[in-house]
Amino acid sequence: MGIGFYLQFPFAQHALEAAFLVAVSCGLIGPFVITRTMSFAVHGTSELAFTGAVAGLLVADNPLAGALVGALVVATMIGLLGQRASERDSTIGVILAAGLGLGVFLLGYYHGYASEALNILFGNIFGISSSQILLLGLIAVAVAAVLTVIWRPLLFASVDPDVARARGVRTGLLGIVFLFVLAVTVTEAAQIVGTLLVLSLAITPAAAAQRLSPNPFTVTVLSIAMAVLAADGGLLLSFQFATVKPSVLIVAISFAFYVVARLVGPAVTAWRRHRPAGPEMAELTRG
Amino acid sequence: MTAPLVELRGAAVRLGTRTLWSELDLALSEGEFLAVLGPNGTGKTTLLKVLLGLVPLSAGTVEVNGAPPHAGNPEVGYVPQQQAFDRTLPIRGRDLVRFGVDGHRWGLPLHNRATRRRVDAVLEAVGATDYADAPVGLLSGGEQQRLRIAQALLGDPTVLLCDEPLLALDMASQRAVTRLIDERRREAGSPVVFVTHEVNPVLPYVDRILYLVRGRWAIGAPAEILTSERLSALYGIEVDVVKVRDRYLVVSAEDELPTEPGAHAHHDHAH
Repeated sequence: MGIGFYLQFPFAQHALEAAFLVAVSCGLIGPFVITRTMSFAVHGTSELAFTGAVAGLLVADNPLAGALVGALVVATMIGLLGQRASERDSTIGVILAAGLGLGVFLLGYYHGYASEALNILFGNIFGISSSQILLLGLIAVAVAAVLTVIWRPLLFASVDPDVARARGVRTGLLGIVFLFVLAVTVTEAAQIVGTLLVLSLAITPAAAAQRLSPNPFTVTVLSIAMAVLAADGGLLLSFQFATVKPSVLIVAISFAFYVVARLVGPAVTAWRRHRPAGPEMAELTRG
Repeated sequence: MTAPLVELRGAAVRLGTRTLWSELDLALSEGEFLAVLGPNGTGKTTLLKVLLGLVPLSAGTVEVNGAPPHAGNPEVGYVPQQQAFDRTLPIRGRDLVRFGVDGHRWGLPLHNRATRRRVDAVLEAVGATDYADAPVGLLSGGEQQRLRIAQALLGDPTVLLCDEPLLALDMASQRAVTRLIDERRREAGSPVVFVTHEVNPVLPYVDRILYLVRGRWAIGAPAEILTSERLSALYGIEVDVVKVRDRYLVVSAEDELPTEPGAHAHHDHAH
């Protein structure tokens, strides 16, 4: 029984669609996450999706809705308490610890299948319904739409905040909007690869892409492409090797991309920067 | 005489309970080069933020081009100090420069021939064409600052505000960057407000100096301000100003001048 066999079933088709939608959103936010040094915020919000999901399970038997609400609460808290980049790191750490404690506490009241809770941590891509696909699709479209609108000022604010402020860019507001986009994307991804492995779609492909090009547009395209290849590729491979969990294969592919990019990156950079003299020499001869 | 392009009257700035400076009167006319000097924390950068419309005055009035300043005014060019960009930051020289055209607008930075031409022209003007497509994280400080100036010039500014643009640059780059700024004010008549802790590299271009020390200030031609008498009065301690060839050295018997212009000896040759 290989790939062809499984692809006849709706659960496998749904899984591929879901993985695609999640990967596009993650690949899209990845370069901004890295430029704004917000990897820890991704980690924090994704782990706290666990707490939200447990709460959602308990209250409404709906982990996704709970995780989404939880992610928005967490994003608001990080936005309010961690305005300055210097204190954002510790703020996330504090909220993360408190939130996970709450999650474990809530889990004690959950008497359903333990695997349901475990799925939140490691992802359950094969239990996705048509209505969930629709929700994931809506989220992906919303994320793409918001990012398209705020793209230029967000990039400006991320790279060069002082000058952006001088040019009238509302850097604080953009930071909060991006935090919400990030929280929603990460929660969505947590449903597929699980909270613990979200970083492999939201950060690894973008980090690999950055090694291959200095062009922000190319980096984003490469980041999305690698995220999609990792997510759907990992899934297809898991049909072939049924003993390995898909999230493991997704992480493996995405990590392989990163390793390759690190290895060939310096050669690509050197090729792009084919300059006769070092920077300082060039400066002197010109100056 | 034409109206001043930058004008402060009775201006004061308070941060929290602390008044940085007050009763400041300043008027810059076309093509004037003002160096703003003083120890750290005396409100040099804050003065620029006032002119950028980012910090409000607590008293007095400020006008840039005859109107109160507001953030996002393209007529005001801003050149910040050199920044350490990450080596893998996916931004090329031309991307950084292009922020000066449309970085503040909504939407995607789609390809646009007119924008591209403007960016290319200004890159050429500052001599940065060679490394326009290199990642900014791999550029030297001098190269970065040329891009900064290109970015600021894109708005065709009537006023140039520079915040320590020479910091951490080698001598050759300092000279190249200063020359570019000087060229602009000569050709377009844009007055320059140049915040620095080191007056000597820009001395040949400076028309007037604004010297801020703990709420007190003095303004005038370099030869007027950089004297033992004036600076001793400003600092409230005994300060000696020594002129060696074309360079000023400010020294004090008391260890009170940690960030003084020219206080530390330099090994570069005289101009």
